[in-house]
Amino acid sequence: MNGKIVGMLTARFATAVLTLLFVAIVVFAITSLLPGDVAQQILGQSATPEAVAGLRTKLGLDRPPSERFLLWLAGLAQGNFGRSLVNDLPVSQLIAGRLGNSLMLAAITSCVSVPVALLLGIGTAMRPGSWLDRIVGIGVVFVVSVPEFLIATLAVLAFAVKLRWLPALAQAPQFHDIGGLLRSFAMPIITLSCVIVAQMTRMTRAAVMDALEAPYVEMARLKGAGPIRIVLMHALPNAVGPIANAIALSLSYLLGGVIIVETIFNYPGIAKLMVDGVSTRDLPVVQACALIFCAGYLLLVMLADAAAILSSPRLRHQ
Amino acid sequence: MNAANDTAVAASIPTRRRLPRLGFAGWIGAALVLFWLGMALFGSFLAPHGVGEILDADAFEPMSRQYPLGTDYLSRDILSRILAGTRQTVGIALVATFLAALGGSVLGLAAAVVGGWFDAGLSRFLDALVSIPSKMFGLLLVAAFGSSLPALTLTLAVIYLPGCYRIIRAVSVNVATLDFVLVARARGEGTFYIVRHEVLPNIVGPMLTDFGLRFVYVLLLLSSLSFLGLGVQPPDADWGSLVRENISGLAYGAPAVLMPALAIASLSIGVNLLFDGLFGSRLQRKGGA
Repeated sequence: MNGKIVGMLTARFATAVLTLLFVAIVVFAITSLLPGDVAQQILGQSATPEAVAGLRTKLGLDRPPSERFLLWLAGLAQGNFGRSLVNDLPVSQLIAGRLGNSLMLAAITSCVSVPVALLLGIGTAMRPGSWLDRIVGIGVVFVVSVPEFLIATLAVLAFAVKLRWLPALAQAPQFHDIGGLLRSFAMPIITLSCVIVAQMTRMTRAAVMDALEAPYVEMARLKGAGPIRIVLMHALPNAVGPIANAIALSLSYLLGGVIIVETIFNYPGIAKLMVDGVSTRDLPVVQACALIFCAGYLLLVMLADAAAILSSPRLRHQ
Repeated sequence: MNAANDTAVAASIPTRRRLPRLGFAGWIGAALVLFWLGMALFGSFLAPHGVGEILDADAFEPMSRQYPLGTDYLSRDILSRILAGTRQTVGIALVATFLAALGGSVLGLAAAVVGGWFDAGLSRFLDALVSIPSKMFGLLLVAAFGSSLPALTLTLAVIYLPGCYRIIRAVSVNVATLDFVLVARARGEGTFYIVRHEVLPNIVGPMLTDFGLRFVYVLLLLSSLSFLGLGVQPPDADWGSLVRENISGLAYGAPAVLMPALAIASLSIGVNLLFDGLFGSRLQRKGGA
């Protein structure tokens, strides 16, 4: 660790914080630009003007947007996300019950997909053009260019309808016993892992291929080192940074995938909460979920950049 | 060296080739894209049954001669519904991609040629917008502006404009520093002339490649939004909403769920293959020469 690295990491962190602030402004601006009056919408057409005015005051809608934004931001800093417009529960309470579920899904998916993707990525990079490389390549192109719900559909058809190993969807997840837990987790994890593994394999393969083209690898080959020794001892230590970068970047695809997967499998996570919030136009819920998602995304991208900075030997040994 | 010269000479000889060199995969892609474009235009004439016609059949019937792709949850013919949905899906995605490409190109070219604070400010702003994941951005915009057809199209265009801007700006900045642009500036040509006559003709290739890529992104996002029930609204149905409304047939393995999803996949893969065939080889040739 030296001063320059610390400086770059600090700058990267500051950029992320500023971007998050910008995202908060965008989220707030979009959701308060709503055509139509939220108070009117809640109370319906038949409400008296007095009732609408009263609700506007209660919701703070009579104040200027800039003041509302600052109030909202101050609330966020204290963990107060406002109240749901639909059931009048505090948004933080709604989120608290579901954030854990989503994080658990994300964690298990990562544990499953990272080893698989690394094996596939390194394996295909070692033998470009081999049958393994071709099959994996076709699979990756297929998974990357189809919507997530097709993968979920195919997974259900294969594992639930044809093989009958797992129940089909539209069942509330059961968290009571191990078997129920496994069954309700299996399908979402299979689907998400497919998406993540495809992205991660592609990026890992590129990173390892890059390292394998370096002069020192040719040197190792000339001195007679075997392919496995070349990859493990020479290429991989130098490709750790790009691979860590690839892992963090592909994990950011979790955020998009989880929206579809939680909806199709009826999984009680935060993405399902947001989709339901959008269809009922429950704006405080939508705002809060969007911010949490964007924060997660920025965190992953920042980790990817940090991995790239930390692994650069030119910066480390200065 | 010699080989590179030969290809350069061969490329400069104006051979009148009837068909572009696409490769096998490229031709498959071209066929898929042409097929779906044709279906978007003429599909409704070819449909064996009416779009909303409730037939004298069971729900989620398997494929049969009478109903080639089976029936949906209300016993409607799924082939006819897919054909009708083609116009929605392809139309919205094309218009949205076109708007995104147009906006992104105009801003990107302007930023590259004008430079200075205009470029810096615009780039910072649009780069920050990229940091919102596209599905999340889509959900936000739909929550705010609803999902009428114009709102949906604009939503998709706005989400993919920054990405397009990035590419076009990066390519144009490279071109804008070349000598012939400098000469044009020295001649006293205006910004619009430089953009139109000096920079634009040199970035058409990357622009078209980006259009293809962007179209696939828009198609997938549109389908995902419709699948979530936040895109095209009933009684209209695009491919994504067809998957959604028939999702309960999944437990019976009904073709009504799988077929619309496969339609999306085939169009997206087709566009990918076509644009790889068209521009992938050209980029390689450029790299070799």
